[in-house]
Amino acid sequence: MSDLPKPQEMLKTDRRPPASGWMNTPAEIKKGIACYAGNPKSLKYVGLPNPRTWSCFDEDWQLPENWQEIIHEGLKERLERFRSFKIFMDICVRCGACADKCHFFIGTGDPKNMPVLRAELIRSVYRNDFTKAGKILGSLAGGRPMTMDVLKEWWSYFFQCTECRRCSVYCPYGIDTAEITIMGRELLNLLGLNIDWIATPVANCYRTGNHLGIQPHAFREMIDFFVDDIEEITGLKLEPQFNKKGADILFITPSGDVFADPGTYTCMGYLMLFHFLKEKYGLDVTWSTYASEGGNFGFFTSHEMMKRLNSKMYAEAKRLGVKWILGGECGHMWRVIHQYMDTMNGPADFLEEPVNPITGTKFENARSTKMVHIAEFTADLIKHGKLDLDLSRNDHLKVTFHDSCNPARGMGMFDEPRYVINNVCNHFYDMPANTIREQTFCCGSGAGLNAGEDMELRMAGAMPRANAVKYVHEKYDVNMLACICAIDRAALPAMTEYWVPEVDVTGVHEMVGNALILPGEHKRETDLRLEPLPGVEAETEDEAKEEEADE
Amino acid sequence: MNKHYLYALLAVIVLFFVAYVGAEVFGLRYIFGVLIPYLAVIFFIAGFIYKIMGWARSAVPFRIPTTCGQQKSLPWIQPNKIDCPTSTGAVVIRMILEICCFRSLFRNTKMGLEEGNKLTYRLEIWLWVFALAFHYSFLVVIVRHFRLFTEPVPFIIQLLEKVDGFFRIEILYDTIQFGLPGVFLSGLVLIGAVTFLLLRRILTPQVRYISLAADYFPLFLIFGIAFTGILMRYFTKIDVTAAKSLAMGLVTFHPTAPEGIGGIFYAHLFLVSILLAYFPFSKLMHLGGIFLSPTRNLPTNTREKRHENPWNYPVPIHTYDEYEEEFREKMVEAGLPVEKPVEKPVEEKADSSA
Repeated sequence: MSDLPKPQEMLKTDRRPPASGWMNTPAEIKKGIACYAGNPKSLKYVGLPNPRTWSCFDEDWQLPENWQEIIHEGLKERLERFRSFKIFMDICVRCGACADKCHFFIGTGDPKNMPVLRAELIRSVYRNDFTKAGKILGSLAGGRPMTMDVLKEWWSYFFQCTECRRCSVYCPYGIDTAEITIMGRELLNLLGLNIDWIATPVANCYRTGNHLGIQPHAFREMIDFFVDDIEEITGLKLEPQFNKKGADILFITPSGDVFADPGTYTCMGYLMLFHFLKEKYGLDVTWSTYASEGGNFGFFTSHEMMKRLNSKMYAEAKRLGVKWILGGECGHMWRVIHQYMDTMNGPADFLEEPVNPITGTKFENARSTKMVHIAEFTADLIKHGKLDLDLSRNDHLKVTFHDSCNPARGMGMFDEPRYVINNVCNHFYDMPANTIREQTFCCGSGAGLNAGEDMELRMAGAMPRANAVKYVHEKYDVNMLACICAIDRAALPAMTEYWVPEVDVTGVHEMVGNALILPGEHKRETDLRLEPLPGVEAETEDEAKEEEADE
Repeated sequence: MNKHYLYALLAVIVLFFVAYVGAEVFGLRYIFGVLIPYLAVIFFIAGFIYKIMGWARSAVPFRIPTTCGQQKSLPWIQPNKIDCPTSTGAVVIRMILEICCFRSLFRNTKMGLEEGNKLTYRLEIWLWVFALAFHYSFLVVIVRHFRLFTEPVPFIIQLLEKVDGFFRIEILYDTIQFGLPGVFLSGLVLIGAVTFLLLRRILTPQVRYISLAADYFPLFLIFGIAFTGILMRYFTKIDVTAAKSLAMGLVTFHPTAPEGIGGIFYAHLFLVSILLAYFPFSKLMHLGGIFLSPTRNLPTNTREKRHENPWNYPVPIHTYDEYEEEFREKMVEAGLPVEKPVEKPVEEKADSSA
């Protein structure tokens, strides 16, 4: 972190392109931008090609001899399998509308972070290998042969894209750089070119069911810690259920929520909500240690790996015999569920069409996939007046909401989380219109880039988001940034610390947990972070002193 | 000078002179008036179909629309039916808006830095305005040209000419007679819009940086086409009757290449032929591609309706049984339910797994 440039310097990044043409400017693989290479053990565990110890800073990347052929064949196969890819290779007119829409271009000023150029990195090889014009006219038609420099450029820039799809909103042809980056990474993976922050979570998830490699007993222990905390806060001993056959609902959330603050508070929020629903309405929710990961870093590896990891959700739902699946707050997890899961691992004909047994609401939009987002679920409960909420417990928070990329542009989920937030807290302020909803800016750390060694890249990528947060902080005194994504909860605290230190980060269900009045709870003195609640402090100061004296 | 636009400009100039000199000096009227146009049309049609078929052959494994508005979820939340369409009808409307109004380009913003530390994203409509002006004026110009290929000229084309020519400028001197025949707005708009798009590409550093020769070439080509057209209509004046007899000959398959139309006409026709032949093999195919773009032309009801992947294949997975096999003892110890009871004493097994 000490090598990071100052925020003010970063803001003034030079965004003018260099004099030399992009085709003739090799990528510079820099510390602070690049991520470490995938651990060979992880690659081996899941059978990914070419496991070896290597570093992106080495001259020799230890590739198979016929690597050019592998890339060519891989490209060919993907052009046949994905119409999206083929069309996006052919129809870009390079109008440049996408250029200043990318958070990484805004933050780094590197022209190859303009979505159009990121795509041109592959397109140039596509033209050279697969189009007549490129074969005959070469660079005049925008073609260039696949060389080691080009490969290093691919690796560098496809791991400088968070697959957030913001550019695809503005593209007149809907060209989606996420799709291009996905293909680029698939091709790189054919040569064993991965980053460890993706490869190891993938291997962990395959083995233990979650990215962090938490084994079943430890998973349970971690949840038990939250149960203890909740007992301290509410006086109630919760009894979450694990791997329970015949439960109504299987709940799956990213394991980040179990592991790291502030996601852990969100996790406590889930636990309290399920406890409330069980006590009041008899709803039976189970967690799973086998399918203990909502996120899917396979998505950042290849379509095949995404499918392999995702398969656990339906498999576990089937084994446990639940009615349907409820999913926690996560970004790319929800893109996978919403747009891929049913197609890859469905049909889920062993599950029921999701109905909220408490309100009777049929989640018709999830009729086939049979998985409901917790923001939809909670919004429905609140709308029907099924939750007892004390909004004043969130009165110390002035909240804004960060639309996470994937629920925004891969789902269209905007109003559900806002509805929940507005019903659990009294002070909510949206960021400026061009930075939220479908135009939302990425946290800068998605798609597996949330590592430590690429902090400069992450902070640069987070600049547009942070700038909008700073705006509402200065205007409305906002002090809490809410989100519905576990990567956000892991990444945004670093962002706010660097750009807007006065603002903290929360999941939406942490605020739900704060506001939710559990049956039989004692008067709360702290929020879920064990920090004193506003107003309570003054009231209870005397009592506390008395208690201390007693002890 | 950037070699990319230099090459493109040179190419168009050379093409112009090839046809002009060929027809005017060498009298190759039949080649430039009949053979090449026929070839160009064949290239265009065959190439267009080939390209579309190529795209159509590729699978659509997943439904990946970009959702640009509120999803349809709970009954009391108002969905954005057009930017997040769930029905075929709504998708059609989204596509019409994209294709006819350039909906997505209309969202364009321009990033700025104000007061040294505030990033701003202001609406930037000029690219949208000129892109629309360019495409629509080009369309009007093309449709207007059908008067040369039809006899009698359909009413709708006559009407279009009237509307297009409503804006009258007449400069009538003995030497210059501009405005007779009436000025067509479309031609001027086309030249203006092409000029804007060209200048934008050349002058904006970021756009210049991403531009290839293949980006300048069609712009210069279309500029050349519009320029020669305007030249013929208002300045050099050509024998319209002769031009029409050539055009009618082409469409009725009784081709003739009459005398007295002039080299400019053949240059104009040649540039058009080049554009047609070049079209399917270039980025100009965005005309066809936009219809097939999977982020726009698919409904967003992906959780409501299952999408089939034609090449979905089985993959190796880590089953629950394998998982339990590895962790059974630890699970039992932690009080987690298991499918099979622990067979051996806990201590031994734990040792072997470590």
